[in-house]
Amino acid sequence: MAKAKETVSRTLMVALVLSIAFSVVVSTAAVMLRPAQVKNQNLDIRSNILAAAGMLEEGATADEIEQTFSRFDVRLVDLDSGEYVDPETVGVEDPMKYDMYKAASDPSMSTDIPASEDKAGIKRRPNVAKIYTLSENGELVRVVLPIHGYGLWSTLYGFVSLEGDANTIEGLGFYDHAETPGLGGEVDNPRWKSQWVGKEVYGDELEEPQIRLVKGGVSSGASDKEHKVDALSGATLTSRGVEQLVNYWLGDRGFAPYLKKLREGEV
Amino acid sequence: MADASAKQVLFEPIFSNNPIALQILGICSALAVTTSMNVTLVMCMAVIAVTAFSNLAVSLVRTQIPGSIRIIVQMTIIASLVIVVDQILKAYAYEISKQLSVFVGLIITNCIVMGRAEGFAMKNGPWLSFLDGIGNGLGYSVLLIFVAFFRELLGAGSLFGVSLMPVVNEGGWYIPNGLLLLPPSAFFIIGLTIWGLRTWKPEQVEEPDFKMSRHTVKEAF
Repeated sequence: MAKAKETVSRTLMVALVLSIAFSVVVSTAAVMLRPAQVKNQNLDIRSNILAAAGMLEEGATADEIEQTFSRFDVRLVDLDSGEYVDPETVGVEDPMKYDMYKAASDPSMSTDIPASEDKAGIKRRPNVAKIYTLSENGELVRVVLPIHGYGLWSTLYGFVSLEGDANTIEGLGFYDHAETPGLGGEVDNPRWKSQWVGKEVYGDELEEPQIRLVKGGVSSGASDKEHKVDALSGATLTSRGVEQLVNYWLGDRGFAPYLKKLREGEV
Repeated sequence: MADASAKQVLFEPIFSNNPIALQILGICSALAVTTSMNVTLVMCMAVIAVTAFSNLAVSLVRTQIPGSIRIIVQMTIIASLVIVVDQILKAYAYEISKQLSVFVGLIITNCIVMGRAEGFAMKNGPWLSFLDGIGNGLGYSVLLIFVAFFRELLGAGSLFGVSLMPVVNEGGWYIPNGLLLLPPSAFFIIGLTIWGLRTWKPEQVEEPDFKMSRHTVKEAF
């Protein structure tokens, strides 16, 4: 028997049969579980958006998240002009299907950021961004914008939520990063995130974003305290990264043109 | 090996022949997934499932596998099972599978799985091999859970995500030891565990590679 199973034809035969058998097993599992996985991924994105907007209740079920999220409108915005664009221009039917991070690596759908302006350390920026707006009685009350940029070890991905005045921050959160646990990783700390609520992005002139992360905490008498957030202790570089990426995305190269039009009621 | 009893096969790997502590296999994932108990438990279940079923599958076809391609055949079986486990986690435990990220996929390269398939399942019947897989998976799990217990408790002040010692950053009193959330701490804990285990079971202590001869002073005059 030991001799018989060492022939070339038998070896090939065994290899073939095993490959077929296991590819059937693997593909069956992949196909059968696909709907549940897609549902999970969608739910994950939705709950991240709601969390940034401060609308995610603890222990919310999938249906509740789905229901709250359905109140939001998904919109695509051209970053340069600040205008809404049709989903067709980026080649999708449903705006929800547009992936701006994938678009950022496609030369025809993104632009290089000159090194001098690349505060967030992301090198390329998609031309069109996907944002989420919440309207009540025909008036826009909340807008959730995607932000990302480099911290110390990793790119942080998150959302910032602004009130209807397109200036006051309502919440900020990162859903994907790999900063040092306990130091930079504290960007996930709810107590730290709660400081962002009510901060104002722009100064009186409404020109440049003024967000600063400062050392030693923000005392009640500090000047410009409406723009200042306590930096993370022991995480200078992560704090700097967060400051820069927030200012980048709310600045001229980011969402500022859109937010300006929003304030003036042009979009 | 052939006449090993089921009980031996199942329980020996837990303390007497622990794959991590005695054979020093599977260290990579032991460092990476032990920062919280929840994640560790899921990882352990995944590894137990993969070692058990890959041992079973390898053992079932062991008389058919040509020696020249046996390692590749084992890899195919293990890799398929790992993909299936990964898919199941993504479908039913999404949050945890996100935290485990690549480490589920890396079970394929976990030396314990491969080692048991080649070392045990190729020579033993399906039932014993299956038990051996579970036993070795359990041995791996016991050590990982032990490591994760200390890392999560002292590193984050919590167990299973439930805060036991409220940390300073959240307004409590406990200043967490950040080192324990970083991979090197797992090395220290595993090292100390091995020391403890070998003190308890001195037969696990290896023979020294060489013996120093006695220092002798040779006088020059």
